[in-house]
Amino acid sequence: MRAYVLSRLGQAALVVFLSLTAVFGLVRLTGDPVLLFMPTDIQAKDVEEFRQRLGFNDPLAVQYGRFVGRAVRGDFGESLRYQRPALGLVLERLPATLLLAAVAVALTLAVAVPLGVISAVRRGTLVDHVGTLAAVLGQAVPGFWLGLMLIYVFSVQLRWLPTGGTGGLAHLVMPSLVLTAFFAARIARLTRSTMLDALGEDYVLTARAKGLAAARVIGKHALRNAAIPVITLAGLEIGQLLGGAVIAETIFAWPGLGRLTVQALLNRDFPVVLAAVFVTSVTYTLINLLVDLTYGWLDPRVRVA
Amino acid sequence: MVLTIAVIVAAVGAPWLSPDDPARTDFAQGLRPPATPGHPLGTDQLGRDVLARVLHGARLALFIGACTVVATAVAGGLLGLVTGFVERWPSAVIMRLADVQLSFPFILLAMTINVIVGLGLRNIILSLSAAGWVVYARVVRGEVLTVKERDFVHAAAALGAGRTRLLFRHVLPNVAPSIVVVASLQFSQFVVAEAAISFLGFGVQPPTPAWGSMLAESRDFLYVAWWLAAFPGAALAMTALGVNLLGDWLRDTLDPKLRV
Repeated sequence: MRAYVLSRLGQAALVVFLSLTAVFGLVRLTGDPVLLFMPTDIQAKDVEEFRQRLGFNDPLAVQYGRFVGRAVRGDFGESLRYQRPALGLVLERLPATLLLAAVAVALTLAVAVPLGVISAVRRGTLVDHVGTLAAVLGQAVPGFWLGLMLIYVFSVQLRWLPTGGTGGLAHLVMPSLVLTAFFAARIARLTRSTMLDALGEDYVLTARAKGLAAARVIGKHALRNAAIPVITLAGLEIGQLLGGAVIAETIFAWPGLGRLTVQALLNRDFPVVLAAVFVTSVTYTLINLLVDLTYGWLDPRVRVA
Repeated sequence: MVLTIAVIVAAVGAPWLSPDDPARTDFAQGLRPPATPGHPLGTDQLGRDVLARVLHGARLALFIGACTVVATAVAGGLLGLVTGFVERWPSAVIMRLADVQLSFPFILLAMTINVIVGLGLRNIILSLSAAGWVVYARVVRGEVLTVKERDFVHAAAALGAGRTRLLFRHVLPNVAPSIVVVASLQFSQFVVAEAAISFLGFGVQPPTPAWGSMLAESRDFLYVAWWLAAFPGAALAMTALGVNLLGDWLRDTLDPKLRV
């Protein structure tokens, strides 16, 4: 088990390192990174001075080494807009996004998984059809439109909820709903199909034949086996969730990482963009690492491997 | 199916179906509600006809979706074919890169590339493609790895078929269904992503009638004109729904293995 954890940690570190390289490459794609890092109204002679000062005249390998060396120490440069270290700005916003994502994941687990299980167990009934329809619709409705419509109904018409910002629980409702909708739809569909597979397995038949209660057969024998693909997808979809957060946060003015990234992109504040992209990628990698580690707990066969 | 056809008809027929020019402004007729004579879905803040803009938006959405799907299918498909077939170190490097790219949220990546290469129609297609090829490469590579070990490939190789011939005549036809299925499933993702990116203020710029930027403009008028937000979004959701259902159907008929 320890070797497994260590090797997965090593892989995660490699991915993080490569993503750092990708971020470096992304900026160099454009040819002249100086123009990207500068305000658009800068003078030509300042460009040259800036280039010299930031070391863009050095060989690429030297620049790369310096970039990685700084990034490892958490230094992505200063935000052009806020004149503060970019990474600090990003990390400040991370908890708000994680809160939103955690609520969405919790809601998904509370709604989508039971829905998928019920649909599978009661296959072909009205519950199944309604559930499947809801899931298909949930996948098709774009989050930002759902957000606008929610604002229209609950803020403009009913005046129940604030249109955006932070504060109490009421501010959390709509952004997390938007984030949940898409995620929950995917998870519900997958839970249904893996549960259907699991329910058809021999061990479920055996458990039933032993006379175990239906709830125990479904909860313990079938669900535990159906859980692995669901958790894998959930982990992979965290990337989509973080992407969805970009949109939900922008619509509802939620002060998270996503909104910061969009603003930084609009302001061409590239140090912040790089730090944000990097932090997002690290978050995603860590979450998937956790996902892989839960396999061992769910399925003893993985522990050996 | 019906939904998909409806959207295609709307897109192709936009110039003839629209009651008005989508760019013609008429301030005297601004913010009229739906069912106003001459404007079935109402008008926006500049008096432009919403129906005309939604129809022209369909054109743009499908155009961007189609271009992106073709670009990613060809690029990702080729990379998947080659990396699956030739197991040398460049293949490993490409697939590692693909893994890394998957650790960035698709929309964030597309948006970042879009800002770096510049906004506009051509560049949004480029950005979406650069962010989207990975899925094909992974799926196709996985398929190629199994197909190339099958007997008929070995038989063809034994008969002296060259590598290029093996790859394109024998392996490609066997992985083609997967490419088609992935393409159909990706299509709606691209359409929605384009709208989302345009909504956030990147991508296609106003006054071009794109659903995303129409929705972005509608935010300022949400208190007085719900129809500005409702119709472009409904069109987008219907497109996504239609294409998703088509994709599910294609997957079930062509390649049940891909079921996730």
